[in-house]
Amino acid sequence: MPAVREEMLDVRSDEDVVRVRQITRQWAVGLGFSLVDQTKIVTAASELARNTLIHGGGGSTRIEELRDGSRHGLRLTFEDKGPGIADVPQALRDGYTTGSGLGLGLGGARRLSSEFDIVSAAGQGTRVRITRWK
Amino acid sequence: MLDGKPPAERIPILKLGEFLLVTIQVEMHDRLVMTLQDELTHQIVRHRARGVLIDISALEIVDSFIGRALGNIANMSRILDAETVVVGMRPAVAITLVELGLNLDGVRTALNAEKGMALIRRSLGPAGGLDAGGS
Repeated sequence: MPAVREEMLDVRSDEDVVRVRQITRQWAVGLGFSLVDQTKIVTAASELARNTLIHGGGGSTRIEELRDGSRHGLRLTFEDKGPGIADVPQALRDGYTTGSGLGLGLGGARRLSSEFDIVSAAGQGTRVRITRWK
Repeated sequence: MLDGKPPAERIPILKLGEFLLVTIQVEMHDRLVMTLQDELTHQIVRHRARGVLIDISALEIVDSFIGRALGNIANMSRILDAETVVVGMRPAVAITLVELGLNLDGVRTALNAEKGMALIRRSLGPAGGLDAGGS
């Protein structure tokens, strides 16, 4: 689905993760998302941007506004060129973690989104895409 | 709104009698969360604090990282004989936390600072709290 408009953000530091949250919030407010929906998409963005930074060694976030008839949506794409995820279904399970986290990032972000899509290849990186429709 | 403020490097911890008060009023990047966790633990010992009140009413989100830190703080303070109460969570944050799968095990919460302080005082028993002359 073509985006109405988009914005690219670097994810290279803790501060960038905060920036992804702030910009996502601005877009969600602009699209007229309810406060709960804003909070959900911003929280999902925070989890995924942190994954991009910690597990992917940094990367980018693309924020897009989608329009499907009268529906408005916010699509976020997190991309890195890190080591990739060997076992995606395992990584999506709650409690599974390779690091110091709780292992809620991926599964939690999926639950907070309307649509969720992940592509990962060992040695080539990971792309996670979520959409939340208003 | 927190938007637009530059990220701070530490969050002030106020000592009030036997209590430590933390009001989070800035956007929490992960390093800042870790710093708060470390400093609070040290200050509980230094001031022999019996209670820690953390006000998160200005926080627009609590993700798994911040949630885990709140859990760590609660557990560490308990081991150091202090009660932690997290107050002021926004309704939208609570709804999102549940969906995220984070249940904040071991973290005591109260609606606001006043109720949180009452909760800490009760858990300390009749001798606890400012009114008992603790310093």
